Amino acid sequence: MQFPILTTLIFTPIITGIILLLMPAEQKEWIRRVALAAASVILLLSLFLYFSYDVGRGGYQFVESAAWLPQLGIGYHLGVDGISLPLVLLAGLVIFSGVLVSWNVEDRPREFFSFLMFLGASVLGVFCALDLFLLFFFFELAVFPKYLMIVVWGYPKTREYGGMKLTLYLFIGSVIALVGTLAIYFGSGLRTFDLLALEQAGFPLEFQRLWFPFVFLGFAILGGIFPFHSWAPDGHVAAPTAISMLLAGVEMKVGAFAALRVAIQLLPEGAQYWAPAVLFLATINVVYGAFIAMVQTDFKYVIGFSSVSHMGLVLIGFATLNRDGLIGASMQMFSHGVMTALFFAVVGMVYDRAHTREIGSLGGLVQKMPWAAVGFIIGGLVSMGMPGFSGFVSEFPVFMGAWQKAPLVAVVAILGILITAAYIFLVVRRVFFGEIPAELDKSVGDVSRKDKLVIALLSLVMILLGWFPSLLTRLIEPGVQSILALMGGGR
Amino acid sequence: MKNAFTPEMWLSVVPEIGLLILAVLLLILDMIWLKKAAERAKWLGWITSVGVLLIMGGAMLWAFPHQNSLEWGGMLRFDAAGFIFRMIFMSGAVLTSLFASQFEILKNRGEFYVLLLVSTLGMNLMASAADLILLFLAIETTSIPLYVMAGFLTRDERSVEAGIKYFLFGAVTSAVMLYGFSLIYGFTGTTQLYELRAAFQAGNLPPALAALVVLLVLVGFGFKISAAPFHFWAPDVYQGAPTPVAGFLSTASKAAGFAVVLRFLQVAFSDQSGWWSILIALLSVASMIIGNYLALAQRSTKRLLAYSSIAQAGYMLIGVAAGSELGTTAVVYYLMAYLVTNLAAFGIVNLVENRVGTDEINAMAGLNRKSAGLALAMLAAMLSLGGIPPFAGFFAKLLVFAAAVERGMIWLVLVGILNAVVGLYYYLNVLKVIYLYPPVEEKEIVAARPAWRIALLVCVAGILLIGFWLVPWYSLAQAATNAIWIY
Repeated sequence: MQFPILTTLIFTPIITGIILLLMPAEQKEWIRRVALAAASVILLLSLFLYFSYDVGRGGYQFVESAAWLPQLGIGYHLGVDGISLPLVLLAGLVIFSGVLVSWNVEDRPREFFSFLMFLGASVLGVFCALDLFLLFFFFELAVFPKYLMIVVWGYPKTREYGGMKLTLYLFIGSVIALVGTLAIYFGSGLRTFDLLALEQAGFPLEFQRLWFPFVFLGFAILGGIFPFHSWAPDGHVAAPTAISMLLAGVEMKVGAFAALRVAIQLLPEGAQYWAPAVLFLATINVVYGAFIAMVQTDFKYVIGFSSVSHMGLVLIGFATLNRDGLIGASMQMFSHGVMTALFFAVVGMVYDRAHTREIGSLGGLVQKMPWAAVGFIIGGLVSMGMPGFSGFVSEFPVFMGAWQKAPLVAVVAILGILITAAYIFLVVRRVFFGEIPAELDKSVGDVSRKDKLVIALLSLVMILLGWFPSLLTRLIEPGVQSILALMGGGR
Repeated sequence: MKNAFTPEMWLSVVPEIGLLILAVLLLILDMIWLKKAAERAKWLGWITSVGVLLIMGGAMLWAFPHQNSLEWGGMLRFDAAGFIFRMIFMSGAVLTSLFASQFEILKNRGEFYVLLLVSTLGMNLMASAADLILLFLAIETTSIPLYVMAGFLTRDERSVEAGIKYFLFGAVTSAVMLYGFSLIYGFTGTTQLYELRAAFQAGNLPPALAALVVLLVLVGFGFKISAAPFHFWAPDVYQGAPTPVAGFLSTASKAAGFAVVLRFLQVAFSDQSGWWSILIALLSVASMIIGNYLALAQRSTKRLLAYSSIAQAGYMLIGVAAGSELGTTAVVYYLMAYLVTNLAAFGIVNLVENRVGTDEINAMAGLNRKSAGLALAMLAAMLSLGGIPPFAGFFAKLLVFAAAVERGMIWLVLVGILNAVVGLYYYLNVLKVIYLYPPVEEKEIVAARPAWRIALLVCVAGILLIGFWLVPWYSLAQAATNAIWIY
């Protein structure tokens, strides 16, 4: 038996979280160091997984399997394929960056970093789970770190509201998905929660059509699907920087990923039946999210709504159910994760120094914090799908896929990208260029070295991916092929 | 009667004999050896808990039922279900007696511990009673000490009120239940649970009357499990009773009620499951909705926990309503999870109440800054009640929902999950107070006693272990289910 690397990956944050809780609260410096060490290990492990995944062989690799509750067919079954591996890497990147940008958290850093680690374990667990029960277990594990981190360390004016709203929305989504999952469990007659076994169950058409909406919608709520998206901006804005990064960057992908893995892979015919409805809602996501982002006066809300808009592209990609769309959606999950993490990191840096997020009272910050400005502009270029950045190589296939399925959707969604360009330019001009207000001129300083590292790391990933999309497509391609095989080999 | 004394006969009541001896021993000790109040405060809780632990250990070693049999002329059923439920009640008693040694007025009163033991004895008999007469006696043996325990703080008006209220509700519901029993006997001529089914099949009881009988009997059971609409006593009693007693009431006593409900419905009325399933489902919906929505408005932690316990009874009733083996397993698993969870919550409330002088939720403000460990324990308890992994409540809730999905009762599951969301709201609110709000002033510096610490530690360990080490607990729950279902 090989070394259980996925277990190590998932349990590193869990054990770190427990160790942190056992450390004395005054040792703030050591607490940060331990957290950073764990985050580095996670990043290195995810990089190792990325490089040692055998593309030629494809399928699920690094598989671990053990019985958990055999009476009910619950197993501890882990494995990654070409779809989930990029997301594991994304989680590694964002957790690492999240720890770095939270270096200055002074209020109870022990609890902060510990909960951050639990949240990290939850997302990694979902990406690696090959057992439905295990997937739910990790999915729900995120509830209390999410809630407490927003409420305790969030933006004082909206944190209680935003935190509760986010948590309850996501809990509703997950329990609805749970009902669907239980129906799948009993409907299959196999008495197992194992995803690979259930994929082969061959559910009757009526069954698939009935239960697909439960499972898909339940998870897609966490992906920010219209009209259940409003938790996302409110929650992300209320959250502290690192949690905004993790929530928008990784947690929303958890929702989308689970929708793909459970709803679409297990109920492919249901997916085909409901695809037009999903396309419709996701298109609204793209356009509506972009429009609302444009009229925001709060810097962070702009990014919050831009996430809603961009996640729409992921969902469009899913709903096309063809090769191009699915590849694009998977690329977009990674690209948007990195991009939005960078956005929220920069917003946090600006807010920490200027103590306001009102776009109207910011300006000329490029003189004070050039790194942040450059990072935000790179993020913006990714966001509007500029060639040479990861946004282009991920959004373009989505549009290609959508064009094959429903040209109108592609046209409208491209319109959404135009609006994105408009609001990104507006924000960049107002926040980073123009006159700097007098009081900001005095008080605002440059970002720290750790912040620069985060900006550089995330920007580099996006540029690299923009030039060499094959870095990810070589993984995603076989993953998408196996999903298409479930659809009856359709191209 | 041939074979008047078989070994099984005695083995079937080993725990009860043990409890009786322990209770008498405790009374003697209390009078003769432990003269000083401080000495009693120090030792009584330990003696009770270690004694019960020894009884549990002994029963596990020597008195485990390897096959199901009826003993004492059909009065008792000696089976795994009774055994496992006894273990649940006695674990509750062990933890409660440890928690009680943190409570000022209870800790040096020998009679309190004796009452606790007698009540546990009654629960043990409830879980294995196979005859209506014994069942009724067992319920009364359980309840009467509990009435006294609820009103134990004779100088506190609220406690006295709690005792009287609990007593009056209990008396009325028992009377209704007894009327149901008498109808059963009148029509079938037997009080033996396992003979009733055959009598019903023979058509001795008209369907309409059977419905009435079940309804009457459920009044009594509903009172014990605090299901709506028989829940009115719960908030006042939980708030007024000494906190450890409230914890015991909400866990062991509720578990005893469920033990009876499961056995009674499954054994005697299994042929009528079609419609009592609907009746139970309605009780379940009422309990969940009333419990959760009224809990939203509570300011006192104990009242919050009271309404939450009504709601939790509702979730468990989903498992009963499913009327399947998975449903029964789910209820037993849920009861184990709920036992450690709620006892932990009440234990913490007890200490905070001692320190701050009030049981308001706001008394817990800033607990995280004052003692991080206590805050984490409360976090585990609240999230377990809310059904969040890796805590015990998650798998328990999942099981009851699974049982209902299996039977196609999707509407009940949907009501259940919406209620779970409402429930999560107020559990998270408690956590918000603990983690976010600035600390409140403590009136008294009360050190947590070792007994209390150990009990809390055991509870939290239980919450975690039942949460992710599923096999042993599930196997126990399954064994209990098999014993109820196979006869």
